[in-house]
Amino acid sequence: MTLLSRRRFLATTAGFTLALVLPTPFARAQGAPPDLPATPNAFIRVGADDTVTVIIKHLEMGQGPYTGLATLVAEEMDADWSQMRAEAAPADDTLYKNLAFGAQGTGGSTAIANSYIQMRKAGAAARAMLVEAAAEEWGVPASEITVRAGRLSHPGGREAGFGAFAAAAAERAVPQDPPLKDPSQFVLIGGQGKRLDSAAKSDGTAEFTLDIYREGMLTVVVAHPPAFGATVASYDDAGALKVKGVEMVRQIPEGIAVYARNTFAAIKGRDALEIRWDESRAERRSSSAMLEDMARALAEARVVEESGDRGALGGAAEVLEADYRFPYLAHAPMEPLDAVIEVKEGRAELWYGCQFPSIDRPTVAETLGLPMDAVRINVLLAGGSFGRRAQGNGHLAAEIAHIAQAAGRDGAFKLLWTREDDLKGGYYRPMTLHRLRAGLDSDGRIVGWENAVANQSIMAGTALEAFMQDGLDPSSYEGSNDLPYDVGARRISWARVESPVPVLWWRSVGHTHTAFAVEVFLDEVLERAGKDPVQGRLELMTPEAGRYRGVLEKVAEIAGWQGRTRAGRAYGVAVAKSFGTYVAQIVEVENGGALPKVTQVWCAVDCGVAVNPDVIRAQMEGGIGYALSAALYSAITLDGEGRVQQSNFDDYRLLRIHEMPQVHVAILPSTEPPTGVGEPGVPPLAPAVANAWRALTGQPVRQLPFAQLLS
Amino acid sequence: MIHLTVNGREMSLDVDPDTPLLWVLRDELRLTGTKFGCGVAQCGACTVMLDGMPRRSCVTPVGMIDNASVTTIEGMEGPEISAVQAAWAASDVPQCGWCQSGQVMSATALLRQIPKPTDEEIDHAMGGNLCRCATYVRIRQAIHDAARTLEG
Ligand code: FES
Ligand code: FES
Repeated sequence: MTLLSRRRFLATTAGFTLALVLPTPFARAQGAPPDLPATPNAFIRVGADDTVTVIIKHLEMGQGPYTGLATLVAEEMDADWSQMRAEAAPADDTLYKNLAFGAQGTGGSTAIANSYIQMRKAGAAARAMLVEAAAEEWGVPASEITVRAGRLSHPGGREAGFGAFAAAAAERAVPQDPPLKDPSQFVLIGGQGKRLDSAAKSDGTAEFTLDIYREGMLTVVVAHPPAFGATVASYDDAGALKVKGVEMVRQIPEGIAVYARNTFAAIKGRDALEIRWDESRAERRSSSAMLEDMARALAEARVVEESGDRGALGGAAEVLEADYRFPYLAHAPMEPLDAVIEVKEGRAELWYGCQFPSIDRPTVAETLGLPMDAVRINVLLAGGSFGRRAQGNGHLAAEIAHIAQAAGRDGAFKLLWTREDDLKGGYYRPMTLHRLRAGLDSDGRIVGWENAVANQSIMAGTALEAFMQDGLDPSSYEGSNDLPYDVGARRISWARVESPVPVLWWRSVGHTHTAFAVEVFLDEVLERAGKDPVQGRLELMTPEAGRYRGVLEKVAEIAGWQGRTRAGRAYGVAVAKSFGTYVAQIVEVENGGALPKVTQVWCAVDCGVAVNPDVIRAQMEGGIGYALSAALYSAITLDGEGRVQQSNFDDYRLLRIHEMPQVHVAILPSTEPPTGVGEPGVPPLAPAVANAWRALTGQPVRQLPFAQLLS
Repeated sequence: MIHLTVNGREMSLDVDPDTPLLWVLRDELRLTGTKFGCGVAQCGACTVMLDGMPRRSCVTPVGMIDNASVTTIEGMEGPEISAVQAAWAASDVPQCGWCQSGQVMSATALLRQIPKPTDEEIDHAMGGNLCRCATYVRIRQAIHDAARTLEG
């Protein structure tokens, strides 16, 4: 098989299935694609009842890929939105690669971007096959058949839905390179199609991991180490085994696992364990001591970007300097980590919100000593992730596999992390220190800019280490380099620090802190130079920064920008590009006592072609709320013995409804290829709030969260 | 034995009296619409109606509610929940969806008490329901929309 795709024909209870596997741009880039395996997995299923089900290769965790990818297919099929359905693809990285990664996985706000052509081609191919089948049956030329809103029709009067030809279409060859619509003909892309999952998520019927109950299943909770890097020295399970419902206790590499007939018994059993921990290799520093070590590490920072005259700062009329400090942050998805495994006769089947199938599936196979094809992962909806389920080391997959293995018998097991496990369990946004310096000449022009960053690497030591270049992890400092501003001579550097505290990408990754450091420091510098925050930024933008300029001008327009303060309120602005999407925000802030009260946020976003405008708006609203939570309240801190000081939502405070500002979103029209929106709403919010707060109170904000102002 | 009426069905349950209602609903009765988010009455994901009033099932030991009547999202009926769910879908409120059973239960309880709530009343009634996806803008809008529907 060269470029020709394979077709599949299946009978299902719903009728006939037209399933397509198309050659991917990735496979083409690698030369001739390999023969695709004989498997029913593919992207589109047309039911006899006219429903079109799109098999979604990306994890739906709220950011909308079910709706987005289905829109792409529906557009090219000329389907009616009401006939569209979505279903998760299982772990299978032959069929379901993320074309941006070359492996199956969701992250980096890539779902729409990497699927844009692939899913449209799938839709266009399916449409062509349906048309050909209809042409044959009706005895008319295919060119005379039109398709609109899910109906095939011929001027001679024949008309039918897709279902009538699903079976016949499946018999036809898949067109290898079907033509795609010109964007001017789009009906559904850029339209107002509703999400496909709202109803099931409003009546309790949407199925998540925790809702899976297998026959004879035991629920498992694990006592994890109280300090990062600690291990079990010894344990006594007598008390736990006395708890009614507890079936067994096992030591696994992650800690001590308690298996019980119900969740409450498992939790009670764990409480009754007595464990002595070996903390000789554990992190015993407090988070403030770790920050001091970071300040020392800056002296060793490696240059990641440098340009212009090295002596620029030395020759400046005035040099401004500031340090910015950022705490560890927990993702705290509303559904804590969980997973279900069933091991039976040499096969393992799993159910969970799996974000990196290409890492998790081999992890399970290796742990259990099974061949890859004996491991099936059913990908379920995830109750949020924000990066938490995107594990470079597959630690959740490893833990559930260890649980099954340690049981020493076939059976089904459900692992639940409680909220305390979640908040104390690591995999945080790295604690980070930024040191910035800028030089101004006697006219107030910026002639030099230095930014040194210190934090842990997310990728080092995981399967993703291969993506690091020359020991550099761009996710640690992305956004501090490649600025849209002409700030004279530049020197950007990074110091990698190490700790047993595991770290992970947290919604917008490096941009969570780099956008703050850059946009807050720049705002201070502009103020010093007597410039308006919006005008001053526009003046500094380079000719290549056109899309930054576009969102900044737009947001100033919709907010009616008039400067830093007006009628007892203050306004702050920030702009950032992350994952290819440009976002500018202006916030309105009142003095809420010791903390800012954010009353309104204006947000302009340029994400290329806007596939689902309402999903984009929702992601901007959600990103703003998520970022505001962190800016105001969130910090994971370690005490003098390396113990996490937070345990639940009473001390890891999240934004509540009365703190949510009004949000006004403008989406810039664009014909550029679409980019993601799950993360890019986050970065500009906190710096905009800090800039407004400084305007309101005169107080510069040099560390997050704001709640630290209270202590 | 604990006696409960759950979604209109009377039942006797052989469970430890200190078991939170949440885990009885989920693990014993497989009523999985009610979610776990914190276990300490901080998030509202586990909200059910207990004798008609919203209650956090994660901190409600079943031994303390013997003979009570419990309604979960699966068993809710009436104009308020219908209006709320219709408004939720029309505004595409949910993102990940995990918190939304609890949000819908709290919103329904609010509209049963106050047919046309102000923003302040919404803040007050919904303040115990966290949404990590921060769908709050749409929750507020959808409650106002549902109130308008109920007005007729
Ligand atoms: S689980 Fe009950 S309030 Fe959070
Ligand atoms: S919709 Fe995700 S937590 Fe509310």
